[in-house]
Amino acid sequence: MYAIARQRILGQSFQKMRPAVSVLRSYSSAAKQITVRDALNSALDEEMSADPKVFLMGEEVGEYQGAYKITKGLLEKYGPERVLDTPITEAGFTGIGVGAAYYGLKPVVEFMTFNFSMQAIDHIINSAAKSNYMSAGQISVPIVFRGPNGAAAGVGAQHSQCYASWYASCPGLKVLSPYNSEDARGLLKAAIRDPDPVVFLENELLYGESFPVSDEVLDSSFCIPIGKAKIEREGKDVTITAFSKMVGYALKAAEILEKDGIYAEVINLRSIRPLDRSTINTSVRKTNRLVTVEEGFPQHGVGAEICASVVEESFAYLDAPVERIAGADVPMPYAANLERMAVPQIEDIVRAAKRACYRSVPLAAAA
Amino acid sequence: MATAFSAAKFSTQPFHLNPTSTTSHDSPLVFANPTSQFLGSTRKLHLTSSSKFNLTRRSGTVVAVSDVVKQKKSKSAPTLLITKEEGLELYEDMILGRAFEDMCAQMYYRGKMFGFVHLYNGQEAVSTGFIKLLKQQDSVVSTYRDHVHALSKGVPARAVMSELFGKTTGCCRGQGGSMHMFSREHNVLGGFAFIGEGIPVATGAAFTSKYKREVLKEADCDHVTLAFFGDGTCNNGQFFECLNMAALWKLPIVFVVENNLWAIGMSHLRATSDPQIYKKGPAFGMPGIHVDGMDVLKVREVAKEAIGRARRGEGPTLVECETYRFRGHSLADPDELRDPAEKAHYAARDPITALKKYLIENSLASEAELKAIDKKIDEVVEDAVEFADESPVPARSQLLENVFADPKGFGIGPDGRYRCEDPKFTEGTAHV
Repeated sequence: MYAIARQRILGQSFQKMRPAVSVLRSYSSAAKQITVRDALNSALDEEMSADPKVFLMGEEVGEYQGAYKITKGLLEKYGPERVLDTPITEAGFTGIGVGAAYYGLKPVVEFMTFNFSMQAIDHIINSAAKSNYMSAGQISVPIVFRGPNGAAAGVGAQHSQCYASWYASCPGLKVLSPYNSEDARGLLKAAIRDPDPVVFLENELLYGESFPVSDEVLDSSFCIPIGKAKIEREGKDVTITAFSKMVGYALKAAEILEKDGIYAEVINLRSIRPLDRSTINTSVRKTNRLVTVEEGFPQHGVGAEICASVVEESFAYLDAPVERIAGADVPMPYAANLERMAVPQIEDIVRAAKRACYRSVPLAAAA
Repeated sequence: MATAFSAAKFSTQPFHLNPTSTTSHDSPLVFANPTSQFLGSTRKLHLTSSSKFNLTRRSGTVVAVSDVVKQKKSKSAPTLLITKEEGLELYEDMILGRAFEDMCAQMYYRGKMFGFVHLYNGQEAVSTGFIKLLKQQDSVVSTYRDHVHALSKGVPARAVMSELFGKTTGCCRGQGGSMHMFSREHNVLGGFAFIGEGIPVATGAAFTSKYKREVLKEADCDHVTLAFFGDGTCNNGQFFECLNMAALWKLPIVFVVENNLWAIGMSHLRATSDPQIYKKGPAFGMPGIHVDGMDVLKVREVAKEAIGRARRGEGPTLVECETYRFRGHSLADPDELRDPAEKAHYAARDPITALKKYLIENSLASEAELKAIDKKIDEVVEDAVEFADESPVPARSQLLENVFADPKGFGIGPDGRYRCEDPKFTEGTAHV
């Protein structure tokens, strides 16, 4: 846990150095920009005030204002009975959250990072995900597990794993991964209102980024349906699927590809389970080529599932093999240059898209 | 009437348990056992005299109740601990547990039941002693040895038997099985296969009870949760995490340890550095009680106090019940490691025989009445088997049901219906 304290201090200074990227959108009623952090905070605030059964639980969510300041101000507003600082006992407090959810309370359990959720994974899978099935519908578990997922900057192997594919393989869980502020607000509100266990995978490096949001996003009843992907950018030549931080990279790659005359369609998955197979397949049937992008380990990853789904349903429409971009098949190294190589970069996505379009020599070696 | 607790309630005076014995030093190397015969290993133990429990160190009480109750009973004129109705209720519940489990064994060997079946024979006093004091809204969380907990809490024998046969009329429609008994109506929250998994869930249920009272302002919500688990679980991390949080937040829960001295084939003494589990309570700031789990009346007295404590909002209690399972860990366990002398010792202390003796000696019931109860329970169990036999197996379509409470993933709207069924859902803020 020392590493996380050090990383918090470093991470915050990191965020100051990194320019806030605002991706251009063509909203008619745009203008207001909020960070993902504020989006999550406002979503939690609104849901807690709307329903007294919602409460927060996790390490440092209260007096510390949240390890990443997501829960800032909520302790003052709702008191220590609804914003609980827990001891460092993931297995214990996750189980307590599940037990409370059995009785209809709506806990939002924060893991400081999803790496620590491995200490509690028995409760997430065995007590939460499987309970509705084992009890034949008598006991539903309206709980949300949220926290940062995936690689941050220089935090080493034990703090950088992406858990999307692990949780998404388990029936009984819903797994969501937002990209921008609109996703963050809408999906978190939907997750809290959902009667099933939801794993909500955020990204630490996105917390500080601002995105423009429309007025309807800021409305307190705004909700995004679980299980629908969003087409962030329309195109006709190649489909690129991504989630979380990789959506930003995919969009930038699409801009670069446009200069070479390749118009990429970028799909923001939003929901890893249930996976929006129909949107992905419809897009592939239109473009005939697919590149899947994710940050996690390649074997048995989200890209593997998407590839299998497309091969099962749209094989005849594919003009090229599916390209799978994932993190390197190694535990995350610490050195900055090695870390850069272990995580997909924009150039990798561009190269893969060009390969799918037969525009370059296949399998260029990594630099 | 003064309960065993009140005699030593949170006092810090040293408590002599057995005034006739010589005091022995509380040496960590000698396994000092309380005077209830604490056999429990493949090797013979020297039965040392009881040690003087030094209570001045801690704020919680560490008491071996069995002797206090024994002394009280022998000194004064026999004051009865139960009325006739209560006695018959306890007897009936224990007989139901025993008869049901015996029938399970029969059915298993006939192939009607399959998988893992863990039987509760011998431990009935703990289940009956505790659960018969609960209200319907109180909850029980158990382990894989949960058939009798479910029966004591009120789940019909038919529903439990059907569940074990894997039929669709079971309490979980055949989807749970022996180890996963859930009942929303009777507040049985499972049924967990992993040891220690139920303890945090029970703590969460207790947390809900407190939350409802304090935050949701349901002033009369005094629901108590009981967590049942074994001696092996007391070495697991989740157990300690929950003792800490339950005491920290003063949750209305009772942690009931069914110490039957064996975790499959691992003797408690071989697995635990300090085998006296009740001592772990005061380390976390709650009272730790040891009670003879083969005597339903003693268990009931302790349970009354512990449940009362929780209901009044005074916080959790750790109760260690020294008990024994007459059969192996499960029906697949050949049970070769346990000393036959130990088994005989505990078989002689069968809780049902003991209660029967008490009822008859104190003229609370006659032989005929008890035999009538035996017969009635036999019929109940036979009927349960017939019902389960005749019930249908689940339909094929049931395979994919109940994975989610809200399958389409669009959430449930404020009117309580699935949002995706609402035609107006596609307008407005939803991006479809």
